[in-house]
Amino acid sequence: MNDWIKICALNDIPQLGSRVVQREGQTDIAIFRTAEDTVFALEDRCPHKGGALSQGIVCGNKVACPLHNWNIALETGRAIAPDEGSSKTFPVKIEGGFVLLALPVPAHA
Amino acid sequence: MNKNSKMRLVCIGNGMAGMRALEELLKIAPDLYDITVFGAEPHPNYNRILLSPVLAGEQTLKEIVLNDLDWYQSNNITLHLGKKITEIDRVKRVVRAEDGTVAEYDRLLLATGSNPILLPIPGMKLPGVLTYRDIADTEGMIAASSQYKNAVVIGGGLLGLEAANGLKLRGMNVTVIHLADWLMERQLDRTASQLLQASLEKKGLQFRLSAQTEEIVAGESGRVAAVRLKGGETIPAELVVVAVGIRPNTELAEKAGLHCSRGVVVSDTMQTYDPRIYAVGECANHRGIAYGLVAPLFDMAKVCANHLALYGIGRYTGSLTSTKLKVTGIDLFSAGNFQGGDGSEDITLSDPIGGVYKRLVIKDDKLIGSVLYGDTVDGAYYFKLLREGRKVSDIRDKLMFGESNLGDAGHQGQNKAAAMSDDMEVCGCNGVCKGTIVKAIKEKGLFTLDDVRKHTKASSSCGSCTGLVEQILMFTAGGDYSASPKVKPMCGCTDHTHAEARQAIRDHELLTIPSVMQFLEWRTPNGCASCRPAINYYLLSTWPHRAKDDPQSRYINERAHANIQKDSSYSVIPRMWGGVTTADELRRIANVVDKYKIPTVKVTGGQRIDLLGVKKEDLPAVWKDLDMPSGHAYAKALRTVKTCVGAEWCRFGVQDSTKMGQDLERGLWRMYAPHKVKLAVSGCPRNCAESGIKDVGVIGVDSGWELYVAGNGGIKTEVAQFLVKVKTAEEVMEYSSAFLQLYREEGWYLERTVHYVNRVGLDYVKQRILEDAAGRKALYERLQFALKDEPDPWAERVAGADRAQFEPIKPVAATAGVTA
Repeated sequence: MNDWIKICALNDIPQLGSRVVQREGQTDIAIFRTAEDTVFALEDRCPHKGGALSQGIVCGNKVACPLHNWNIALETGRAIAPDEGSSKTFPVKIEGGFVLLALPVPAHA
Repeated sequence: MNKNSKMRLVCIGNGMAGMRALEELLKIAPDLYDITVFGAEPHPNYNRILLSPVLAGEQTLKEIVLNDLDWYQSNNITLHLGKKITEIDRVKRVVRAEDGTVAEYDRLLLATGSNPILLPIPGMKLPGVLTYRDIADTEGMIAASSQYKNAVVIGGGLLGLEAANGLKLRGMNVTVIHLADWLMERQLDRTASQLLQASLEKKGLQFRLSAQTEEIVAGESGRVAAVRLKGGETIPAELVVVAVGIRPNTELAEKAGLHCSRGVVVSDTMQTYDPRIYAVGECANHRGIAYGLVAPLFDMAKVCANHLALYGIGRYTGSLTSTKLKVTGIDLFSAGNFQGGDGSEDITLSDPIGGVYKRLVIKDDKLIGSVLYGDTVDGAYYFKLLREGRKVSDIRDKLMFGESNLGDAGHQGQNKAAAMSDDMEVCGCNGVCKGTIVKAIKEKGLFTLDDVRKHTKASSSCGSCTGLVEQILMFTAGGDYSASPKVKPMCGCTDHTHAEARQAIRDHELLTIPSVMQFLEWRTPNGCASCRPAINYYLLSTWPHRAKDDPQSRYINERAHANIQKDSSYSVIPRMWGGVTTADELRRIANVVDKYKIPTVKVTGGQRIDLLGVKKEDLPAVWKDLDMPSGHAYAKALRTVKTCVGAEWCRFGVQDSTKMGQDLERGLWRMYAPHKVKLAVSGCPRNCAESGIKDVGVIGVDSGWELYVAGNGGIKTEVAQFLVKVKTAEEVMEYSSAFLQLYREEGWYLERTVHYVNRVGLDYVKQRILEDAAGRKALYERLQFALKDEPDPWAERVAGADRAQFEPIKPVAATAGVTA
C-alpha cells in the first residue's frame, strides 16, 4: 500500500528541473518537471555509477546523468540504449497545484 | 486501391544504401508508409565492405549481417528475397519481379548498387571465373581455395588486392595481374604503391604489372586452367577473380526511361527525373559523381529519408572520400587529389627503410590530397583539413608532422592502433581494450566515431584516445568509415552547425533558447544536454545584459556553482587573486573545514585551495563563512591566473608578475567562455608560472611583456604561440582581453582556445588583434560591457538567491498505519 505525501507546490520545481526528496536511511528521490508540466519521480541514483540524476539536465522526457551523461527515461527509469540498466520509479501526481508522491510504507514487522 | 490510408514505398535493392535510407526514414516517420523491399540476393542486408575479412577468414558471414529477418518483421516491412525486379511501370506505378510478383508504389526507392565490370576477352564465362561483389562470389572463392592451388586476380585495385590477400591466407598461390604501372593507381602515387607492393610480396603475393590479359584458358575438365597475357606468358589458375572495377547498375532505370548517365541522375534531394522515384548509393549519379564507396550513402540516406518523410529540408551536397586498404598489417591511407597537377605543390616525407611514406598535396594554399603509408595516425587530421578547405600557410611548416586526435597519456604511449594487441587498453578513462572495440564495430555494424563512443564508451570521456579509435574504425570498417558530412551538425537535434547557430542568433536577434530552436527548426522539443548549454552560452555571449540566463540549460556545476564529485558531493574553490592569500583567509578556510566536517583539503594546480566533499545543502553556508569570491573552478569561464613571485621578491624577476596576474584576474573574473580559460604570468623568461601552456600566457622581460596564446596543458600538451610583445601593463590587459573576447564571440561551445586558433588560424587572430587597433579596442570594450555588473554568484546565493536547489525536501514521514 502507498501513502500519497504532499511534497511541494508544482511551481517549487523549475520547468526542465528537479527537486530532491530526502528519506531517512534510504536513497533520495528525484522529482522532475518537464516542459509540459508532467512530473516524474525516480530513485536519485543512475544505474551506471550511482550519480544523482536530480542534478542532470532534463530534455523531453529524459534526464542526462551529470556524471557520465547516461540518458535515463523519466517514465520508466530505464537507460536509453545502447546503455543498459534502470532506476526505480515512484508514483507521483499533481493535485490542486501540488506534487504528491507515493512512498512505499516501510515494513515495521 | 490501398486498403488503408498509408502511402506505399517500394525499395528495389536490399543492400546497405536502401536499408540505411529505410532505417533513417523509420526513425523520423515510422508509420508513414507501407514498405516493401525487393532483394535479388537470398540474404538479408549485410555489410558488403566486410566481405574481405570474411574471405580472409577473420570474420564469418553471420557476423556481417546488418539487418536480420527480425528487423524487417518488427518494422512491418514486406521482404521479397531472391526476387529480381525486371520492370518498373511508371504510368501504373507498379514494379514487377522475375517470378511475377508485383508491388504498387506511391514512392519508389532505387538502391540497385553497382555491377562488376567484365572483360571483353574469351573465357570470361568459364566455371571458376568469378567477380567479387557479393556473398555468392565470396563463398565461391572460399570453396575454390579448399580444392585448388592456383589463383589469378585480375585487377590490382582495392578490391582485387583484398581478394588476393584473402586467397593467399586461404593457402593459394596468388598472382595479381594489373594493367597500370603500379597498384591502386587511383588511390596511391607510385612511391606509396611500391612500398605497398613490397609488403604484399613479403606476404607471398606475386604481381604482373603493366600486363594485359588476353584470354582465360579452359582446361580438360572445362574449368578454367590458366590465364594468358598479351606477350605470351601463361599463368596456371584454377580460380580467376576479375576485379577491374564497378559500374552503377542502371539497367532497370534506363528501361523505365529515367535519365541515366553513369548512374541514375539525382538532384540534391536524391530525386530522379521522376519525382516519385528516389535513388541512393552506388547506382546514383549525384552532380556527376557515382560513388563507389559506402561512406557517402550515409549522408544520401539521411537526405532521402528526410524528403520521403515529407519534411522537405536537407540537401546532399556531395562527399569527400578516403581510402583504407583492409589488409591486416598494412597501414595505408589516401584521400583527395594526390596526383597533384598544374599549380600544385608537394610536401613529402620518405623513409623507405623505415617503411614510412607521406605525401601532402597543396594547391592555392589549401591541402587538396594526402597519401600516407606506414603511419596513418594523422589521416583523420588531413582529412579534416581537406574537408574544411582551411588555408595552410600559417601551419605549413608543421603540416607534415600532423596533429592526431591523440592525447599524450592514457594509452601506454601507443600511437599506432595496428601495432596494438587485442588485449591492450585503448581508452584509459573507461578501460576499453582494442579487442572490445573491434568486436563492437564488427558485431554491431558501427561506422562512425559517435557509434563507437555510444556502444563501447571508448573515447567518450576525455577524448585522448580518439585518434586510436579512429584508426581502429578505419581499419576494421575500411576507408568507408569516414562518412564525411562536409559540415558537422551541433548534435542529433539539428542539422545546423555551431557556426550557423551563432550566426542566426546574431543576425536575427534571437534572445531565448526556444526562439533559436524554433527559428532553426530543432527536431526535439527542448534540445539535449549537449545543444542546450551551447545555445545558452551563445545567447549570453552575443547579447550580454539582454538575453536571460537559463539555469536549467547549464551543466550542474554551473547551476550549483560548485564541482560535482563522484559521490554527488561538491567541491568548493574560493578565488585567491593571483594565488596570493592572507592569514585571515586561511583562518576562515580552516574554520569552515572544521565546522562543516569537510573531509579533504587540497592545494590545486592553479594556486588555490580546494575543499572536497561538501554536501550540496551546505554550500550557501560554506560560501557565507568563507567570505571569499567564487573561484569559478566549476565553470566554462575564467579559472585561475597563475603567477610566479616576480620582481617584488625574486632575485631574477624583471617584472611584477604577481601584481600583473592579480590585475588580470580582477579584470577578467566572472567571464564565461566557450570552455574553461586559464592564464599565467611569469616575471622572467624562466617562466615559473608555466605561461607556455595557458590560454593566455604572459612572460615578463626587461623591456615589457610577451603574450602567448592558445596553449593547453591537459589531454594533449599544446605549447602556446607567440602573439605579441607589449610595453605596459595596460597593454597586457587590452591585448589579452581582446583575444579572449574574440574567442568568446567566435569560439564554438566546448572549443578550447587552442582548437579555436587552429581552426581560424593564428594569422587571422593577429590580423584582428594586432593589425586592427580600432577593432582591438572595440573587442576590449565589448568584454568590459559584458562583465559590467556581472555578480559574484556565491555572494548572490549567500544573499538568498536561488535557494530551492540547495534545500532538499524532507517529507513528514507518513505516520505508520495511516495507509490509504
